[in-house]
Amino acid sequence: MSSTQLENQPEQIETDLRNLAQEMVSRAMSGGASAAECVIAEGDEFSTLVRLGQVETLKESGSRSIGVRVFNGKRTASTYSSDFSREGLDRMLKSALELSRITSEDPFAGLPEPSQLGSLSGDLDLYHPDVYSLPGQERIAYARRTEKAAIDVDARIKNSDGGSFDAATGHKIFANSLGFRGEYRRSYCSIAAVPIAQDESGAMQRDYWFSVARSLAKLDSPENVGRIAAQRTLRRLGSRKVKTAQVPIIFDPLVAASILEHIFEGVNGDSVYRGASFLAGKLGEKIAADQITVIDDGTIPGGFGTSPFDGEGIPTRRTVVIENGVLKSYLLNTYTAKKLKLQTTGNASRGLAGTPGIGLGNYFLQPGMKTPAEVIGGVKEGLYVTEFLGHGANLVTGDYSRGASGMWISGGELAYPVEEITVAGNLKEIFFNISEIANDLEFRGPLACPTIRIDGLTVGGE
Amino acid sequence: MDNNRFFFQHYGLTEHDLERYLAAALSAGGDYADLYFEYLSSTSLTVDESMVKSASQGISAGCGVRVVSGERTGYAYTDDLSANRILHAARTAALIASGPAKTPSAGFQQKQARSLYPVTLPSVDAEITAKVELVMRGDRAARAYDPRIKEVRASYADELRNILVVGSDGTFAEDSQPLARLNVSCIAKTEGTSARGSSGGGGRVALDFFFGEKTPEYFAKEAARQAILQLDAREAPAGEMEVVLGPGWPGVLLHEAVGHGLEADFNRKQTSAFAGLIGKRVASEKCTVVDNGTMPWRRGSLNVDDEGHPTQETVLIEKGILKGYLSDKLSARLMKTADTGNGRRESYEHIPMPRMTNTYMLSGQDNPEDIVKSVKNGIYAVNFGGGQVDITSGKFVFSASEAYLIENGKVTAPIKGATLIGNGPDVLTRVSMVGNDLKLDEGVGTCGKDGQAVPVGVGIPTLKVDRLTVGGTAKRDPGGFMQ
Repeated sequence: MSSTQLENQPEQIETDLRNLAQEMVSRAMSGGASAAECVIAEGDEFSTLVRLGQVETLKESGSRSIGVRVFNGKRTASTYSSDFSREGLDRMLKSALELSRITSEDPFAGLPEPSQLGSLSGDLDLYHPDVYSLPGQERIAYARRTEKAAIDVDARIKNSDGGSFDAATGHKIFANSLGFRGEYRRSYCSIAAVPIAQDESGAMQRDYWFSVARSLAKLDSPENVGRIAAQRTLRRLGSRKVKTAQVPIIFDPLVAASILEHIFEGVNGDSVYRGASFLAGKLGEKIAADQITVIDDGTIPGGFGTSPFDGEGIPTRRTVVIENGVLKSYLLNTYTAKKLKLQTTGNASRGLAGTPGIGLGNYFLQPGMKTPAEVIGGVKEGLYVTEFLGHGANLVTGDYSRGASGMWISGGELAYPVEEITVAGNLKEIFFNISEIANDLEFRGPLACPTIRIDGLTVGGE
Repeated sequence: MDNNRFFFQHYGLTEHDLERYLAAALSAGGDYADLYFEYLSSTSLTVDESMVKSASQGISAGCGVRVVSGERTGYAYTDDLSANRILHAARTAALIASGPAKTPSAGFQQKQARSLYPVTLPSVDAEITAKVELVMRGDRAARAYDPRIKEVRASYADELRNILVVGSDGTFAEDSQPLARLNVSCIAKTEGTSARGSSGGGGRVALDFFFGEKTPEYFAKEAARQAILQLDAREAPAGEMEVVLGPGWPGVLLHEAVGHGLEADFNRKQTSAFAGLIGKRVASEKCTVVDNGTMPWRRGSLNVDDEGHPTQETVLIEKGILKGYLSDKLSARLMKTADTGNGRRESYEHIPMPRMTNTYMLSGQDNPEDIVKSVKNGIYAVNFGGGQVDITSGKFVFSASEAYLIENGKVTAPIKGATLIGNGPDVLTRVSMVGNDLKLDEGVGTCGKDGQAVPVGVGIPTLKVDRLTVGGTAKRDPGGFMQ
């Protein structure tokens, strides 16, 4: 780790990437920066898609990139590059230092306090090289089996957007001028099926199902995934519109997650300090129904949102965001915490460029006791939403209006499929109107929500 | 366009190298192979709370190798443009085929290409201080518009993408693609109420575009106007009603309702609700819809697509009849149709596929004022957020961010944002009036498909759709809306 290595290898630096990150920070400091950070991300990906039994695409590659952020007193700027040659790295550093002279002095800009820095110890169970352990033909077979399982369920499944197998690994390295050095590796694999069903009228419907895991050993079987994908698709055949009405709405876990995401957007420190969130200024206030408890926990071993430290080198932690309906904490990085006169919650996210944003750990709504069937069973006439289209949520006003499809509920049972309808309300009321929470919490990503029931929304149809 | 030979100059590439890489890609057979070299430099700046809080610059370069064998595609890429890494990627992509080696055609033919965005100084190379001035001016103008404007964020981003595409059929195409965008968003606040507004634009333009044609003040005033207006918006109605769409960006309707459904890959696989409808009526006879990648300076335009094929104007719907699909090389070959120059990709890490460029409806005969006058009870929507479509069922949505009630032929109160939902294959059959005022959007559109984002343009004249479902919340009947 020294600049002499750079001179010895003018073509390509194959030196240890941890040392490179540290070295970029040192060189930024000797170049005049008052503080600096460096992040390096490298990753490999494999994906294959099989359609109607035939391989359609095979993709395999890897890449890496490096980014620096420098401070010039209270001014900051960042640059990134995929070019690891000496020339490329020199230019990246030089541009960052130059750029930091034209940005504004921001009294709140800066690195975290040294005492805040750190990394969780112990094995967080994030990296399993077995995601690449299958030979090429076996990977294709996984994708093929997933699709076949879907097609074999019913003769009405006449087409397919394929079955897929994906795997990826990532390696992240971070260093700053306060002496922080950290790195972690994560792995990921998934299978999915997207069958297409057709009814007598010729109308087509598609849906999907997937399984995702950090280890191949934890992946659901292709047969299971394909079968569920087929069931989800078949139940949509014969979809119709319904009349405009105000009825109870049950959100299945995948669409309920989007409601939880709106809470995240609302407690995101960046929108809070700018007053762009309907939850700004509501700390300590009741913002949701009594049974609502929302937690963000970046420390859960094996979690999709787990990491030993955040985008600024702060250890991740468990934060109670909402407890029994009361807003307990925003999710913050160093900058937004300073703006709000609070402490960071270790939720800094970082790409290669720009200032750190706010990211999720493992973020979830605490499950209730009833089964999803019991929750549906409590609705006489209502809507079970299984898919949203579009992004009609206004986080400033809380206005909410989205395209939807799903099943009509009659007498506590799923009666018939519906589509081309809208669901609308206001987020401020929606969280108070979550009247039931089921027990089916399952993580398929960093954000998870059980089945929920929300009252008082308007269904727009005929 | 002159031969700039960017990759030859900067990476020492030679035609011999390219032939060698293509031969490696076809070493296990295959029908076609191509290489996509990309060198992307970009800048971005953000002003928030009247401070330039963020500035960044970056470089991303790499090469993607594709091998096509029948309907199969093998793909690999490298961010290291050295010969051994490209050869490794070529051999990885070659695994898709399994046969005797093929030989790429000898020599390359560079076609005479258009020059749709002949900037002398690409904005990415322009003085950063001028870009700082743009965002600061945007911030000041939005704040000056009205004291109720409390939060302003102005951002500027530009890029220059140098590409080289070579194919085993002799394709050789280079392009240097500038892209710039300025955006202002703001929040208006009064006692108890907040609202947001946003406006932006740009294209494949040089920096002077923002000092002449479309200034920061232009976008700032528009964003502030929307935010102030929304402070007084009332609840939107719910249910089916007549909808008038204003000209320009509401063309996102076309993009979602018909554009995606007409991309050739979905139709080749028969997974689109539009599959098999060529020659059939899919719109009222007042509707003619085109995709045109050849409009000078436009965000969605390209001299050549990302497969090296020249872009063109393609008629999708003519007087209501479905005429054609948007195609890339693979679908054109498999469907035995013409390549329409719509093969696009997000970057060298991505496999190209059929994508839209600038998609719009031609002007009709109707006077926009008469269109509004003809509506008894409905809404007039002039600005939208984004949209989304399920191409298989045909259902699409798009979200109005600025809309008004129409009562007895008059535009009255502003209403809150509402999602509009419809069915792609029949929504255009309900277009009963088409204005004579075609307008394209300001240059803000980014389209996502299979996780790949590409810049696009949209446009429509003022349109009347006789029946569309509006997703509002209004509980009581403001004028006959609820059933």
